[in-house]
Amino acid sequence: MARFLSVTLGGLSGGMIYAAVALSLVLIWRATRVLNFAQGAMAMFTAYLAYKVLEHGGSYWVALLVALASGLVLGAFVERVLVRPVENGPPLNAVVVTLGVFIVVEGLAGMFFGGTPHRYPTHFSNVNYRVGDVSALAPFDIWVIVSVLVVAVLLGLLFRYTDVGLRMRAAAFEGEVARMLGVRVGRMLTLGWALAAVIGALAAVLVSPNVPLSPTSMDEVFVFGFTGAVIGGLDSPVGAILGGVGLGVLLNYVAAYAGSDLQTLSALAVLVLVLMIKPSGLFSTTATRRV
Amino acid sequence: MAEGAGGLSLEVKDLVTSYGAITALNGVSLSVPAGSITAVLGANGAGKSSLLRSLSGLVRPRSGSVLLDGKEIAGRAPEDVVQLGMSHVPEGRGVIAELTVDDNLRLGGLWRKDKADRSAALEEAYALFPPLDQRRKRLAMTLSGGERQMLALGRALVARPRVLLLDEPSLGLAPRITAQIMGLVRRLCDETGLTVLLVEQNARSALSVADHGVVLNLGSVVASDDPAKLAADDNLRHAYLGF
Amino acid sequence: MATLALPRRGPLRSTLVRHVVLAIVGALLLLVLTTSVSAYRDFQMANIGYYVVAVAGLTVLTGLNGQISLGHGALMMVGAYTCALLLERDNPLPLAVVLVLCVVVTAAVGALVGAAAARLRGPYLAGATLAFAVGLPGLTSHYADTLGGDNGLNVLSGPPPASLGLDFPPERWQAWITLSAALITLVLLANLASSRVGRTFRAVRDDEVSAELAGIHVARTQVLAFVISAACAGLAGGLLAFVSGQASPGAFSVALSLSILAGAVLGGLGSLTGAVYGAIALVMLPAWSSNASDRFSLGTNVQHNLPLLVYGALLIVVMLAAPQGLQGGVRRLLGLLHGRAPATPARNDPVTEVTVSEPDR
Ligand SMILES: Nc1ncnc2c1ncn2[C@@H]1O[C@H](COP(=O)(O)OP(=O)(O)OP(=O)(O)O)[C@@H](O)[C@H]1O
Ligand SMILES: [Mg+2]
Repeated sequence: MARFLSVTLGGLSGGMIYAAVALSLVLIWRATRVLNFAQGAMAMFTAYLAYKVLEHGGSYWVALLVALASGLVLGAFVERVLVRPVENGPPLNAVVVTLGVFIVVEGLAGMFFGGTPHRYPTHFSNVNYRVGDVSALAPFDIWVIVSVLVVAVLLGLLFRYTDVGLRMRAAAFEGEVARMLGVRVGRMLTLGWALAAVIGALAAVLVSPNVPLSPTSMDEVFVFGFTGAVIGGLDSPVGAILGGVGLGVLLNYVAAYAGSDLQTLSALAVLVLVLMIKPSGLFSTTATRRV
Repeated sequence: MAEGAGGLSLEVKDLVTSYGAITALNGVSLSVPAGSITAVLGANGAGKSSLLRSLSGLVRPRSGSVLLDGKEIAGRAPEDVVQLGMSHVPEGRGVIAELTVDDNLRLGGLWRKDKADRSAALEEAYALFPPLDQRRKRLAMTLSGGERQMLALGRALVARPRVLLLDEPSLGLAPRITAQIMGLVRRLCDETGLTVLLVEQNARSALSVADHGVVLNLGSVVASDDPAKLAADDNLRHAYLGF
Repeated sequence: MATLALPRRGPLRSTLVRHVVLAIVGALLLLVLTTSVSAYRDFQMANIGYYVVAVAGLTVLTGLNGQISLGHGALMMVGAYTCALLLERDNPLPLAVVLVLCVVVTAAVGALVGAAAARLRGPYLAGATLAFAVGLPGLTSHYADTLGGDNGLNVLSGPPPASLGLDFPPERWQAWITLSAALITLVLLANLASSRVGRTFRAVRDDEVSAELAGIHVARTQVLAFVISAACAGLAGGLLAFVSGQASPGAFSVALSLSILAGAVLGGLGSLTGAVYGAIALVMLPAWSSNASDRFSLGTNVQHNLPLLVYGALLIVVMLAAPQGLQGGVRRLLGLLHGRAPATPARNDPVTEVTVSEPDR
């Protein structure tokens, strides 16, 4: 029982990271109806930049800032220059473009930083708290959970209570109507991608102490984030967070009781199951969609 | 709408618009004096919506000219056109269903710099449409057809437009509501000097409030006259107006 | 090799004969070619052989049937490990039998994946198959005793037959095997494409609703396309294991899946001839990249990643240059490259022409 509780709690911080990736995918999906397959790779690249800052003696916080800022720029660039031309075309075209970005970014990372994995430092202790026989949630895990929650709440406030947030929502729901009302829709979509990439960058910095940084290190994390987003419904930010956390806990059971090598295939099983049973996601409010 | 800078004149010359191989407007010319209502009538597919969409920039006309207060605006982007003072209430209303009534209304004035006047315009819109006032926090998808039309119209007015493009406001509305909306448009025009281009299938009610009428067929103007004369022309009525 | 886009003209027999004749001519040319080049070139041709099989298989799935798969690298892995495990035994089966078993096993896995895939569309299908590609290599660590963990398995492919002479280069033998497999695959797929089944594939790709109305069982068609495509990937994987002498998880990364997609897109996603060009590019690009990095002393990091960069850039450029869709667009682009007038999209198979004799229920 104590083990079960430890495993459950242990899945929370991983789940929070998947939730962040899921949230970033949902942001992009809502804005542009594009699933960004490059999201994980882009995040990996920003984490590498942060790692370089650390190597040159920068602090954890400066490095984090560099990751977030480079995410902002990278996200805006990819949307504006590469995705914009295919946004309104057949969905497969956008998929292929983001896959292209995915390979290019991984290739660039391999060129600049090599293939050897690097363990990203934590800055917080990784020693679990103990209550009786239950041992879980190191200070680092608390940092992960809190930072993702704070970002999610800030994002919610931005969307709900600011003019920019209203413009972004309008642009995402009804681009043409928004334009008629004076909203610069293109800018809003770019901003959406940029913010999403910032969240992705945060996720990459948070996951890299546990998944050593390499050009492909975010592949699995991306798959988990995608699965979390689909569980929650690609249209629902709250669903994305719940889906990501739920998946994190579930995958921690898989790792603890079956083997960590089976995590990705388990995620695939969950993904297929959800898409077959409730394609719109477990938490989505919008009507059915075609998957 | 108490104050307001008054309407602007709108002058359209030889406007040609096509969607690929389909020509929707085949050289349309018309002129709307400031502070008047011009009704644009015609059967389905005549090109009425295409005309409004070409004016507000949602589609790019192939050639021709659109003068707003004497200034060429043909081909400008819709987000620019609205800031020049011309608002478009699209066919089917274009209410954003996932947003609340209040969000929809606020959106209309968001581009304006003057924040104080923004909220003044918002409150004026609520005063004009009491049903909306009672439903500020409701999602627009829960509104009735009439309430949606009010929302779309209110949202356009929040921008304090000087030219209003209305695409079939009576679509799907009960005759009584239609009459109310038409009456309101007339009043806005009389009181604030707003210029209105009113597209309608419901020719009778549109002509009853308009100062001038234009009949489109297959992308061309086939008649342009006094509303009373148009309504009295039996051939025209049978061929294009359907009453 | 005929393009998939061309509708069948004349009776099936003559098409089959034409394809077989072409294949025989191709085989003779390749025989001359392989015997007159260096062992290194033979090795490259051996690699081209299995890439042709894989890319052609994906071309059928994506170009002909409209389904995307990012999981073909993982399907190749199934074939490669099947090959390795079968050759590991004390008295192994003949190579041809082993390769057939690779096809059968991978097709079975493909049926599973395809059954799920038939219910998914666009980005969801891409995401699910990507998860498959990312997840499957994990099995090798989980079952490390049988599958050899990260190091994988050695493939005991044995020397060329003694009848060819003792100093016969093994690379040439390998090239013969994979190129024969490629030719056979191409003949089979070309006939498939011009057959009634091929037309149902296209009908489903073009418009699922009208295909359904025309009496085509859409889901079944999609699963069938996936199985055929997976069978090709299995064969390609088995051949890869045979040529490289090992099956290890590192060889079946996501990058492999995406390279195969890039090869198919480069080839025009609708023509088997294009698949051949795509496969050649997949083998030659890394070679050129290593030449270039040697010449300009760019280092191994650049050398290993340059091909990836090119594949990725290629996917992006093709899509940006061809906004109206994968099929027509790529073909138009290739038409421009070849200096031809833009080809019309392959819509010359009215769905009403498709006749399915037995009602599918
Ligand atoms: N997006 C489009 N793409 C292609 N053709 C279009 C498009 N929009 C309109 N058309 C065509 O342009 C012509 C004019 O259409 P338009 O919508 O302007 O007519 P309308 O007068 O508004 O008709 P209705 O009364 O039915 O609203 C029609 O033939 C229509 O089919
Ligand atoms: Mg219309």
